[in-house]
Amino acid sequence: MYAQMVKTDAPRVKTLDEMDPQERSFQERIDQGQKIEPKEWMPEGYRKTLIRQISQHAHSEIVGQLPEGNWITRAPTLERKAILLAKVQDEAGHGLYLYCAAETLGISRDEMYEQLHSGKAKYSSIFNYPTLTWADIGAIGWLVDGAAIMNQVPLQRCSYGPYSRAMIRICKEESFHQRQGFDILMKMVKGTPAQKAMVQDALNRWWWPSLMMFGPSDDASVHSAQSMAWKIKQNSNDELRQKFVDQTVPQAEYLGLTIPDPKLEWNEEKGGYDFGEPDWNEFFEVLAGNGPCNAERLGARRKAWADGAWFRDGLTAYAEKQAARRAGNEAAAE
Amino acid sequence: MSSEWPLWEVFIRGQHGLNHRHVGSLHAPDAEMAINNARDVYTRRNEGVSIWVVRSSDIAASSPSEKGPLFEPSNAKVYRHPTFFDIPDEVGHM
Ligand SMILES: [Fe+2]
Ligand SMILES: [Fe+2]
Ligand SMILES: [Fe+2]
Repeated sequence: MYAQMVKTDAPRVKTLDEMDPQERSFQERIDQGQKIEPKEWMPEGYRKTLIRQISQHAHSEIVGQLPEGNWITRAPTLERKAILLAKVQDEAGHGLYLYCAAETLGISRDEMYEQLHSGKAKYSSIFNYPTLTWADIGAIGWLVDGAAIMNQVPLQRCSYGPYSRAMIRICKEESFHQRQGFDILMKMVKGTPAQKAMVQDALNRWWWPSLMMFGPSDDASVHSAQSMAWKIKQNSNDELRQKFVDQTVPQAEYLGLTIPDPKLEWNEEKGGYDFGEPDWNEFFEVLAGNGPCNAERLGARRKAWADGAWFRDGLTAYAEKQAARRAGNEAAAE
Repeated sequence: MSSEWPLWEVFIRGQHGLNHRHVGSLHAPDAEMAINNARDVYTRRNEGVSIWVVRSSDIAASSPSEKGPLFEPSNAKVYRHPTFFDIPDEVGHM
């Protein structure tokens, strides 16, 4: 989802008997629910997979600021503007918590930025869709942050200490995000018919991309099986998608909206909804860089990085000058 | 070509009377900016009354592989725990 389709390099999941003693004791610690901490021994595949997963997650938080940032200057009231600003600032914070967690695995911040800017690293497909109206801001909080919560809550229990702690901080802040979105929509559906239509239109455009956030079915994926054995993934993509649909449909009904899926139907037997299949071709296209806003999003990140270079260098030069001056003063005082 | 800002570890005192606790890390060019950034990154919801920042490179840490030699000596001293001693019920609270 925020980290969609993370590869593990594993041809298949090893059994305990096939592991050497070091790897075996590592796996046993994970099976017992112990946390793995930065400097401890870990299999190379675990380290690499975590770097991919956490950095993808971090990039998603950072790029995810862009679609919402588009509406900060256009928010309908000063209060909505302040709230949206605070929400987007939280997302920047989420990105920073996660980059720090990834850095404990031995990759530098600049390397991660470089991977994002060069297009090597991925970020969630959802942020490559445009925010056309104010209702989109409501829909993002409600659906996108809602889907993010579905995925992030179980990750609080993940086996890698720094990642798990970052997720705990993030989850504490997400419920504000979802509620502010839903609140925007509650207000709009009570407005004029045109405003209500705007909300329905936003739902029509965001529904399927939100379901795609969980990634394609991975019940048969060796990567997912390996990630689950390592406890850096807790649920299958389909499981989380089902939970999301079951939670969201009644909320849409409350708003008086129609989910844009003719196949959506309550299934008494399974105690959940049946629903249609997202267009996975669209998903793979967006992931490959061909979504409606991929070029714009990456362009904005690259520009921000390049335009900020003089500022980063200036602060470094100032810090060095201050340190040299302090050292000079100390030498003179001796 | 810019060089990366150094990494700082951030410690926050959550309330008066509690210890500072490690909350995470961040990059900043100097201590003053590290504190400013720590405020924005780690205390957006009144999480703290005081912030410490320490350059990550200035922290000396025990290594996980020394865990045995480092902590086993104290594991052996079970008598340090009050439950080691059986005090008869008649003695009352002790
Ligand atoms: Fe977030
Ligand atoms: Fe988010
Ligand atoms: Fe969020």
